[in-house]
Amino acid sequence: MSALHAATAVPEKLTWSGGSEPLKASYGKLMMWFFLLSDTFTFSALLVTYGMIRFSQQAYTGVHEKFFFSTAHWPIPDKVFEAVPFLHGVEAPLVFVGIMTFILIFSSVTMVLAVEAGHRGDRADVEKWMLWTIVGGFTFLGSQAWEWTHFIHGPADLALAAKDALGNPIEGANLTRNPYGPPAFADLFFFITGFHGTHVFSGVILNILIFFNTATGLYERRGHYEMVEKVGLYWHFVDLVWVFVFTFFYLV
Amino acid sequence: MATATLNATDAHTHEHEHEHHELGFVQKYIFSEDHKTIAKQYLISGIIWAFFGGAMSIIFRLQLGFPDMDLTWLKPVLGQWIVDGKLEKEFYLALVTMHGTIMVFFVLTAGLSGTFSNFLIPLQIGARDMASGFINMLSYWFFFLASIIMFASLFTETGPASGGWVIYPPLSALPQAMPGSGLGMTLWLTSMTFFIVSQLMGGINYICTVINLRTRGMSFTKLPLTIWAFFFTAILGLLSFPVLLSAALLLIFDRSFGTSFYLSEIYIGGEALPNVGGSAILYQHLFWFLGHPEVYIVLLPALGITSEIIATNSRKPIFGYRAMIGSMMGITMLAFIVWAHHMFVTGMNPFLGSVFMFLTLIIAVPSAVKAFNYITTLWKGNIIFTPAMLFSIGLVSLFISGGLTGIILGNAALDINLHDTYFVVAHFHLVMGAASFFGLMAGVYHWFPKMFGKMMNKNMGYAHFWATFIGVYCVFFPMHYVGLAGFPRRYYSFTALGNGRMEAFIDMNMFISIAAILTFTAQVIFVINFVYSIFKGKTAPQNPWNSTTLEWTTPVEPVHGNWPGEIPAVYRWAYDYSKPGSAVDFIPQNVPYSATPESNLPEENDEIAHEKDIEDLLDIQNSSYSH
Repeated sequence: MSALHAATAVPEKLTWSGGSEPLKASYGKLMMWFFLLSDTFTFSALLVTYGMIRFSQQAYTGVHEKFFFSTAHWPIPDKVFEAVPFLHGVEAPLVFVGIMTFILIFSSVTMVLAVEAGHRGDRADVEKWMLWTIVGGFTFLGSQAWEWTHFIHGPADLALAAKDALGNPIEGANLTRNPYGPPAFADLFFFITGFHGTHVFSGVILNILIFFNTATGLYERRGHYEMVEKVGLYWHFVDLVWVFVFTFFYLV
Repeated sequence: MATATLNATDAHTHEHEHEHHELGFVQKYIFSEDHKTIAKQYLISGIIWAFFGGAMSIIFRLQLGFPDMDLTWLKPVLGQWIVDGKLEKEFYLALVTMHGTIMVFFVLTAGLSGTFSNFLIPLQIGARDMASGFINMLSYWFFFLASIIMFASLFTETGPASGGWVIYPPLSALPQAMPGSGLGMTLWLTSMTFFIVSQLMGGINYICTVINLRTRGMSFTKLPLTIWAFFFTAILGLLSFPVLLSAALLLIFDRSFGTSFYLSEIYIGGEALPNVGGSAILYQHLFWFLGHPEVYIVLLPALGITSEIIATNSRKPIFGYRAMIGSMMGITMLAFIVWAHHMFVTGMNPFLGSVFMFLTLIIAVPSAVKAFNYITTLWKGNIIFTPAMLFSIGLVSLFISGGLTGIILGNAALDINLHDTYFVVAHFHLVMGAASFFGLMAGVYHWFPKMFGKMMNKNMGYAHFWATFIGVYCVFFPMHYVGLAGFPRRYYSFTALGNGRMEAFIDMNMFISIAAILTFTAQVIFVINFVYSIFKGKTAPQNPWNSTTLEWTTPVEPVHGNWPGEIPAVYRWAYDYSKPGSAVDFIPQNVPYSATPESNLPEENDEIAHEKDIEDLLDIQNSSYSH
């Protein structure tokens, strides 16, 4: 890590005098930070879009217990997302998405452990924690796939399906049709969680690359595990974005 | 990765290994990772695009100036777009749209900032190359891919995108709305998506290079103003282009997958569409969140280039160096909070309109500071009128005369009257289009010797300048009056304008068109000069303009890695021109104060004690190149 040693050797008054890395970060890490800053604006634009469209629509004003699905008002999310795999007919509002969120956040923890193992130069530990992070990522993506499928097809057993105002079972939503509420609800749901899911997917691919390079000893030969840190930044960012997406779509 | 014991000699030999390794043709000229080659690739692509963008404007100016003209002679080029000797109406709209798109994005963003950020950042801050040469190369080739797709869209049967460069939905969202909203629009969106990726990769490279790869002694307050301008430009692009990406992706979904983000309650051909719940205004907000910063993405590099050239050729320090940085920073920040002044007539709450009006008018302050500083730098200078200098002074002139009408248009009440008229067209062509183009030209004339090791022909440069300068004013000054008379922009013809206004202004429209044709033709002088000088120009001296910045300390044609030996250290700012006491009228940035006791100011004598500290940073600097 000569760059880091060198940077610390610069007298403080010369930090910004050139010839060194003033933020004590390599250009690669800086590039990742600036990319994430840029990506923040991509997601912000989408969430602003969500906010603007949502608040231009009618909200449901009645009591929570008497809520019914109608295209006339924005649905209450915990009435839409209340299914959990293998538990047919059990109303468990937001439980499944809660588990998903927990898994994703937990994969951030394992990523922190991988970065920490990299600092120690412990290749076996980096491999182990990267692998757990990859498993976490795939589990999240799998869960999201289930959630989407359920939202698209509705429950397999129509008798258990949610009912609309007339008592008819609700079958499912897609980009043009949404019996749960205004079409914009499904449009935004698919677009924003899909866009986030694409980010998670590319993150998992990057994690696999990092795992592969660690396993082949590339970083050991290089003498440092900075690549784990860079991809780690991306992974934490993707998790952080999910916290916002989760808040907007499921909680608010 | 080298170990902590790495020393200067190691790094030095390491660099030498690089130099002696000959690259193949493909790596050297096509998929090059050298910032100088990439800059030239951007420049030449930009010039080619400018030719197409300019030619399009000539065709629609023919229609506007000479509505009765027989255009059959254009049939070999335009084919079916000429019907019975007349320009097809739909194609007129396509021309206007593509002219805007090409000029704003492909010429004045990629061609200007792509060329000079790439070329000058490493050379002027004292770096061997961009932080990541590979990402830099990718950035160009993504731009190239975007160019190919945009170019291909010109040849589709339904024509390229036609809804204006702002591609507002629902016009752009519904393929059945107009022919250009079909395949052409799809290709436009695809092309722009790649363009945004290219901008992102270029931008993070520029920013990280400026932060991490400045040579020892080159603190931020010693950076030439060009670098400050490119730095702010990159930040603007980094934060605004992603919003356009989001807007474009949502539009793609509306077009192709049946969503209704921007669509609501639309009848087309008497039939109701199923889309409900979206908002076309939402698109405008997202678009202008990029669209307004884009104006400064285009203009700031030109202003930076001008600062450099005016100081050099006035043989005077730039007036108000820190005020220049401060005003660029002010412009950068304000750029993000004024976008809705493009939307005063969308039914916006008048109170919100007045907030945006207020913020917009504040931009006049940093802009005026800049204009004032240019003029005071020129004041009592030993001005050397090189072609680059003329173009820089021309930029200041255009910036002021175009900026004044900005104050008028920024006013929400006045804008209601002037919105979407030729007054707006005249305003932004002067202040952003022509001014930035003049910055681009100034930069090419000034740094051509460094790019190609040859000098451009001066007299052809003068002819090019005067023809362009007079031409641009002849085109855009009368256009204000056309706009004030109520002529709306993007209209194919004005047969129904009424009150005899069409007849009253036919001469003026004709005059504008003739001026535009002459100005466009005058650019041939430049192209000939450019191409001829590359091959047959006089060999350039190392520092033809007696300039202080670091790029002129490299060999006439910089090698891969820019400096054959160590990168020079920097001890002073970039504007020590005509310093009292000094025998020469410029002191380069790499000359230490200890070497110039005759011209040092008292506080500069104090700096001598710190020179050793700066030199000691060499080992650290070299080690940063070894990983």
